Parts: sequence; C-alpha cells; structure tokens
Amino acid sequence: MSAFHLAQINTARLRAPLDDPSMAEFVAGLTLMNELADRSPGFVWRLAGDDGDGTIAAPADPSRIYTLSVWESPAHLRAYAYQSQHLDYLRRRREWFHPNGPEAALVLWWLPAGEIPTLDESIARLDRLRADGPTPEAFTFRDVFPAPASVAR
Amino acid sequence: MTTSKDLDDLDDLDALTALADGVRRRAYRVVADGAGPVGRDEVAEALGIGRTLAAFHLDKLVAAGLLATSYARRSGRSGPGAGRPAKLYHLAPAEHAVSVPPRAYRTAAELLAETLDELGAENALNEVARRHGRRAGAAGGGQRAVVADGGPPDAGTGGDGPRDAGEQGVHALLAGHGYAPVAAGPGRIELRNCPFHRLAEQFPPVVCGMNLALVSGLLTGAGQDTAWTARMDAAPGRCCVSLSKTNLD
Repeated sequence: MSAFHLAQINTARLRAPLDDPSMAEFVAGLTLMNELADRSPGFVWRLAGDDGDGTIAAPADPSRIYTLSVWESPAHLRAYAYQSQHLDYLRRRREWFHPNGPEAALVLWWLPAGEIPTLDESIARLDRLRADGPTPEAFTFRDVFPAPASVAR
Repeated sequence: MTTSKDLDDLDDLDALTALADGVRRRAYRVVADGAGPVGRDEVAEALGIGRTLAAFHLDKLVAAGLLATSYARRSGRSGPGAGRPAKLYHLAPAEHAVSVPPRAYRTAAELLAETLDELGAENALNEVARRHGRRAGAAGGGQRAVVADGGPPDAGTGGDGPRDAGEQGVHALLAGHGYAPVAAGPGRIELRNCPFHRLAEQFPPVVCGMNLALVSGLLTGAGQDTAWTARMDAAPGRCCVSLSKTNLD
C-alpha cells in the first residue's frame, strides 16, 4: 500500500440549472457514475456534495460545479474515467457543459494516504495549475508526476 | 506533447526493418491476429516452418521491440507433470513511425485535438468523422486492403468466426481500417486495435467520440447500419467502440 494517494478535482460550467429538463440525462447519470466510482478498483473517497449527488456548486456561481475524489493511483482513476461506461458520459459533455477554453478543468495531486482534501484547498490546486503549468503539486494526466518518496521523520 | 526528438528519431527505422524479412513479417502477423498470446508452435504451424526457425524469427522481433514475451502453461494443468511454462509472444505496446524526410503529423494531431477540446467543437469533428467514414465505407477501401493483405481478417484466431456474409463484410471493412476486429459472442464484434491509440489516451472524450462517429459512418457507407450498431463500450486493452448486431425482431 502506497503512503500517498491521488486526489483530483474537476470543474464544469453548466449550460442550464440541474433541474432544467435539458440536464435530465446528466442528472440521471450522476447516481450511476457515482455508484460506478464507488465500486471501482482503487477508489478511496469522494466528496458527496451539496445534494449527495457528488457535485458541489461554487459559492459565487451556481452554474460552476466541482467533483472531488481520491484514488490509490493515476491508473485507477484513468481506468474509471476513460476505460469504463463513464467515457460515454464524458463524450456527451458538450450537451450539458460550456467548453472550458484554455483554462484547466481537472487537476491531480498527491496527498498522504488517509488525508481528505478540502474543497478550498482543491480549488487552490486548480488555480496553481492554471498559473504555473504542471508541477509535482498540481498536474494533469498528460504530465503525471510520481508520488513523493516517503521521508523518514 | 510530442517532442522534437521524434522528428529526427530514426531509431524506429531499426525496429521496422526487422519486418523486411517476409517470413518474419508473416510471423508478426500471426501474433498480431491472435486473440491472445501465441506460442512458437502455433506460429510454426501457421507458417509451415520448423519450431526452431519460428522461435528464431520471433526472438528477432522481440529484440527489435515489436513483440514482448510472457510465460504460461498452455495446458491449463499445474503442479508436477504439467511441464515447463511455454514462452508466449504478444504485440509490444510501443508504436513505431518513421517519416523521411521528418514530418510531425502526431504533433499536428495533438495540437488539433487540444484546440477542439478547448473550443468544445467536438460536434463539428464528429460530423466530419461520420462523413469521412461514410465515404470510406461506400468506397469499399477496407475490403481491398484486406485482400491485398492476403486473407480474411481473423484467419488463425481459432475463435468464433463471422457467421454470415454480412458479418464477414463488416469484419473485412473494420480490418481494412486497422481495427483488428474479433467476434466476441453471437452478434458482437470487439476491436482489438485502436488506430488512434496514443491520441485517444491523451484526449479520450474527443478522440473516442470521433472514433465512434467514424465507425458509425463506415457502417452507413457500407450499407450495414441497419444490421449493426456501433456504441461506446470502453474497457482496458481494446478500442473503446464495439459493435452489436441489431435485433431485427
């Protein structure tokens, strides 16, 4: 068991409020995708969210949502996100979300196993990636940094 | 991002010249067409050559980085008397491409995919892919490529073969476009190769969505879209699209 786990936060801007009929398929999928995540190999933890649906609305902008989760490794998260039923859901994202433009919408970072990330800390990681590009403290699937070596205390 | 090293990296040429030998190329194809790892005996039998010669060529392909090896007991037995594990061969995951003079289409593809992702222009991409697929499917280019390759796509897999002419046509169409189709149960086709693998790993929703539109277009162009349906069916180790026979009842 590694001493570090992989945290991820991703964000999207909704085309319509979650109770709008145009968002019904996205909302229906949330439960399925959360259940799929919960039983996926390497899943550690996710933020249940405002309505228990896994999404958290930004305080200043209700159309901006986040999902936040922790995994044993990048390979585990990749298998869930891109090698499962979740990919078809992701493929349809333009039906429900505005494009992100050049702003990073997903960030990865390592945290000691057993720790749980806070929403504020996680949004700060996203800001850090946007400001500095990929670093060991905030990176993407295209530039994965290895877990820190365990330091003797 | 592809680095400039790729532009003038001719090391890949060494790997590819290992395929210049005709026997070795056929040995590679037997492994590539196999549903799983393949032993030297199967290759020797398929090529009508001796086991030692088959092993010689297979090991040359391993040295060139085109094949990789694993060991397993083929009989399914274990314990004393089960015999030594056999050396088995499968395709190495690395890709090799050589352009002379240097061309950087991979970099161009990455830049284009990233731009489409940023703009959220996947619908336009999918429409282009669907149109392209329809044209290619109607032109029957897939079938010609397979004939030129010297045989039906799943000769030698030993698995479930296509059941009828229509199914054979769909297999040939997909094989001709590099998807390496295999029958996976009645009325179901899985694609063992993703022609866009590296790009798909970097931009999964964009490239896999494009791929689904392309395969759907191929079926339409070939007049198979009422009999077969392509859908997203992501799983580790194969193309994210699979096909199933439409229930016509």
